[in-house]
Amino acid sequence: MSIWEYANPKKFMQTSAWALPWAVGLTVILLVVGLIWGFFFTPDDYKQGSTVKIIYLHVPSAMMAINAWVMMLVTSLIWIIRRHHVSALAAKAAAPVGLTFTLIALVTGALWGQPMWGTWWAWDPRLTSFLILTLFYFGYIALWAAIEDPDTAADLTSILCLVGSVFALLSRYAVNFWNQGLHQGASLSLDKEENVSDVFWVPLLVCIAGFILLFVTMVLLRTRTEIRARRLKALLARERVA
Amino acid sequence: MKALLLRDLRLAFRSGGGFGLGLAFFFLLSVLVPLGVGPEGSTLARIAPGILWVGALLACLLSLDRIFALDHEDGSLDLLATAPIPLEAVVAIKALAHWIVTGLPLTLIAPGLAIFLNLPPAGYPWLVLSLLLGTPALSIIGAFGAALTVGLRRGGLLLSLLVLPLYVPTLIFGGEVVRRGAENMALATPLALLAAISLGAAALLPFAAASAIRVNLR
Repeated sequence: MSIWEYANPKKFMQTSAWALPWAVGLTVILLVVGLIWGFFFTPDDYKQGSTVKIIYLHVPSAMMAINAWVMMLVTSLIWIIRRHHVSALAAKAAAPVGLTFTLIALVTGALWGQPMWGTWWAWDPRLTSFLILTLFYFGYIALWAAIEDPDTAADLTSILCLVGSVFALLSRYAVNFWNQGLHQGASLSLDKEENVSDVFWVPLLVCIAGFILLFVTMVLLRTRTEIRARRLKALLARERVA
Repeated sequence: MKALLLRDLRLAFRSGGGFGLGLAFFFLLSVLVPLGVGPEGSTLARIAPGILWVGALLACLLSLDRIFALDHEDGSLDLLATAPIPLEAVVAIKALAHWIVTGLPLTLIAPGLAIFLNLPPAGYPWLVLSLLLGTPALSIIGAFGAALTVGLRRGGLLLSLLVLPLYVPTLIFGGEVVRRGAENMALATPLALLAAISLGAAALLPFAAASAIRVNLR
């Protein structure tokens, strides 16, 4: 029994069919509990008022935006090295989900930034690197959409994902350098783990777990759709030949 | 390899349009920006480093799809792929040819255009040096993007979408060198990082680009 068994589409479909209802159920429970707890049963921050509650959407989606790219990187590597189709399709399935999380993080960040810093947008290192991450997601998705042959598309997007990861990381630090080098960096700190009190921290943890499961659910669902689409295409092709 | 380089250069100079287009674009951009922003010298001096770098980057982008597309159309790319020299070397040579045809002339005319943009005098040597160090990275990253999209019908727009995010670090460090140079500040760090990006890209990206071409020719 090795994890590579799940690279078999049939095995993957079986296992994911079993796991999907559990994933959906847990996601719903965690998100409902976490968000309601966070929104209605935590006190307002003494400085930020009730805007602090945006944290329950903003932080988990930002984390998952980055983790989705990391997952795409890992699945791309598996595709390049071991050529498991499920892996390539999982990377394809994860990209739009990751893009959505990135956009959620940017929008909730803007909504939070407006009352707190008095601006929707600042060229702060974190904001800028998220904007660049959005561009990488767009490029990746567009390349998948542009190539017709599925194996060629999987190969080329995997290469793009590898190279893109290096440059995304470079950009992340380049932006950091640039902003600290010349301008006063906006005082944004997402590393609030030390100074946030347990009242906020526990529901935030629940929300983060909920977002992780949300991502898993969506990727499973979308990968299953992709596999079915692939099978349908094969069936149609077989019919045309017959 | 030398023959390939000479062939690419000859094609680029003779086919017309391709060679001058990037330079003309760079020139137009540098003239249009002051028209749009207004003639105040202090404003222009502040934005000059960024405008010049963005202009050089966009001018470079214009001719990227020509790196492999023409060879792909007439089948010579297949010949090059089966030739005795490795495909990685072909990519590197083609990127070098692209740089000689676009990056180098852009570097040479940039000081002239900087006059329009009222760049402070201290910035000129650093403008030339940063472009000289940075434009090879633009060419080699662009060659990678061109290799990814070589098999596509409408690859041009997609190519820009893929390549522009990859240009971000080069642009940031390049602009930073000129800005600091113009303001007489210490600039060793961004300059070293810019050179590092160029060298790193030149060392590693030919492999990625060559594997992309192999996939596309399959």
